[in-house]
Amino acid sequence: MNATLACVLALAAGTYVFRLAGPVLHGRVELPARFQELLTVGATVLLVALLATGALTEGQAFAGWARPAGVLAGGVLAWRRAPFAVVVVGAAATTALLRLAGVQ
Amino acid sequence: MRSPHRTDDPSCRTGEGSAGLVRFSDLPPGVLRDIALVWLADAVVGVSFGAIAVGGGLPVWVPVLMSLLVYAGSAQFSAVGVLTAGGGPVAAAATGLLLNSRTAAFSLALADDLGRSWTARLIGAHLVTDETAAFVLAQEGRRQRKAAFWISGVGLFVAWNLSVLAGALAGSALGDTDRFGLDAAFPAVLLALVLPALRGDSAARRASAAGAVVAVVAAPLLPAGVPVLLALLGLLAARRGPRRPRTGRTASSRSAS
Repeated sequence: MNATLACVLALAAGTYVFRLAGPVLHGRVELPARFQELLTVGATVLLVALLATGALTEGQAFAGWARPAGVLAGGVLAWRRAPFAVVVVGAAATTALLRLAGVQ
Repeated sequence: MRSPHRTDDPSCRTGEGSAGLVRFSDLPPGVLRDIALVWLADAVVGVSFGAIAVGGGLPVWVPVLMSLLVYAGSAQFSAVGVLTAGGGPVAAAATGLLLNSRTAAFSLALADDLGRSWTARLIGAHLVTDETAAFVLAQEGRRQRKAAFWISGVGLFVAWNLSVLAGALAGSALGDTDRFGLDAAFPAVLLALVLPALRGDSAARRASAAGAVVAVVAAPLLPAGVPVLLALLGLLAARRGPRRPRTGRTASSRSAS
């Protein structure tokens, strides 16, 4: 089987099992608060690590300046609570314009 | 389906478990508008997801199938991020699963609101997301909670999958998406997703900063995908923070979407 397909199916199956926890246990079990908190912080840590490596690296090398500059622009927009579409377009446009200007 | 107990509950009169028992009129005024706004916002995210995944070199079926079967925005973005960065499928699936582990907590919180029949529970489980959990938990009555769950959940599923398909088709029409800076859009999306969780939670900020440093330093040395998982070491930094003067952290109102 295609490795990417296997990845999608494994992710889908595992996620569905997580989602079944409630209906199957039907509210008889509650996760310890400490554990829930650890999961929440863990999810945040993963997302930040992914965005940091995604912004700065391409393969195993530096991605160049245009991309992190665009991400930074998007981040500023998000921080100022701009709508999602504005964040996406702002980040992409900044990077595209920098590349057009010769910045890699 | 008979429901012998809870005869004091008005929702039992409608016979739970059969079709057509969720009504739009069960929602308090204004809630449907809020729900529709979230459908719209998530559709924008869906278009971005489809376009970014295809722009990163994946075939159209990957984001489309993922959206139907996995149906979890941030985990999909993360898995696609790992895949397009050249990481292995194992790292991609592991990252996504860790992110989705929180749906177990949501599903426990929502267990009573899906309905009583097993069909409703099995189908409803797939619709448990950050968004549906937020809408359900904001409602008071049992009937309102159930209506909020099914209306927001079904609408979101349709909006998400249609928009991802549209984005994937548009992305494949664009060609070289780096020219349009879409490679910067992806980390920016993650940043927008994670900002609410970082605001006002210093433990999450410490852990994330430490984790990001670990991941970026490890990125040139390790295969793609592994550095992100290694970032979980940052959780140690969350524990080693300054002691809180008061014991027992108050529940912070944040959601890692």
